[in-house]
Amino acid sequence: MTDPLILFDLLLALAITALAMAVMAVRDMFAAIVLFIIFGLFSALAWVRLSAPDVALAEAAIGTGVTGALLLKTLHHIRHVTGTLGRQDAVSQTPASPVPMPVPMPVIWANAAFCGLITLGLAVAFLGAPQAGPGFDALVADAMPASGVDHPVTAVLLNFRAYDTLMEVVVLLAAVITVWQIERGLSDAPAPALGEVFQGFARLTLPAIVVLGTYLLWKGAEAPGGAFQGGAVLAAVGLVLLLARLYVPQPSHRPVARWAFVLGTGAFAAVALLVTGGGRVAFQYPLEHAKTLILLIEALVTISIAVTLAALFHGREPVALRVDGGRDDT
Amino acid sequence: MLDLIAAGLIGFGTVFFIAGTVGLLRFPDIFCRLHALTKADGLGLALIALGVALMVGTWAEVFRIALIWFFVAVASATSGHLIAAHARQSMPQTGEADD
Repeated sequence: MTDPLILFDLLLALAITALAMAVMAVRDMFAAIVLFIIFGLFSALAWVRLSAPDVALAEAAIGTGVTGALLLKTLHHIRHVTGTLGRQDAVSQTPASPVPMPVPMPVIWANAAFCGLITLGLAVAFLGAPQAGPGFDALVADAMPASGVDHPVTAVLLNFRAYDTLMEVVVLLAAVITVWQIERGLSDAPAPALGEVFQGFARLTLPAIVVLGTYLLWKGAEAPGGAFQGGAVLAAVGLVLLLARLYVPQPSHRPVARWAFVLGTGAFAAVALLVTGGGRVAFQYPLEHAKTLILLIEALVTISIAVTLAALFHGREPVALRVDGGRDDT
Repeated sequence: MLDLIAAGLIGFGTVFFIAGTVGLLRFPDIFCRLHALTKADGLGLALIALGVALMVGTWAEVFRIALIWFFVAVASATSGHLIAAHARQSMPQTGEADD
């Protein structure tokens, strides 16, 4: 109880709560996104304080970095490209009227009731949980020799509950398929050009990001890191390339992109099914090949995650521009 | 002795961060604010990184801290430039873009 960092923890908890409230309260959408990014960074710090560096890395890379970029891109899209927000909001940084369209009171009350129910449920679950119970640490530690890797988190994610992880990859695949379907009718929206300084920055940092992402993936077998963190960092390569206009998506790249999207899910499912037989069930890797198989799955899933996140940032699928400036949607 | 120097450097670096924050809050327009932020935070981070580098044991960790400092400094300079360029670009239409 006399941890000298308790004051820091209290301040951190207060800051996270205050940031969460500020994100909801602030009217300007750009400010809300910036606050959300800061909120994510503080959450990552909180995960570090809770001795969960894997979650901290994932929160910083995916929850803050990639999500922040996606939100900013979306804001740019609705402000300047489709004009969904209307001219007024696009020109002025803050909307002229504080509430553009009043939300009906029953909707507000229904939302409040549902949020209250969720909070109540969480409180009941928290209070009903066994105090300072052993958790699953001992179980995982016992099973570690059978996992093929040295890092407990990787063992849980890629071996003990690999089915959940496969479903997480499927969610990403479903997301990118949906975006490519519903964005078919929208205008092509390349990211705004950022100029020569950013291109120099891109040339300087891209090699380092590639090394860092690969390192996170490789290190995942024995230390915090892994496919999702490495994939998110490698997705940043795609984001920087797109923003610096060093890579411009072409319609002819669509087949390659589609293969990259399904590569992770397909390889994961194929390995899970191919190891069956001889008394083993799906996902039960033979021990002598477990590390190889896990690293293979992680590497391919990383490629898929990176390409999928970068494609989500670009938005719609690349379409051919006709000579007259129109689009060829075939 | 080394720890004391490190603590001094980290404390000095924190002062720069506080100065940068005060500048961000008090300076009149976006360019002055950027000036305060990028200068103060760049130096503040360098001092803190130097202080932490004195406290860690191995050269590998010192190298990693140096890498972190380098990339944060480059990213900070680039984003400072981008914000300033965007603000100057959008100025004729929106007046003072210092929201």
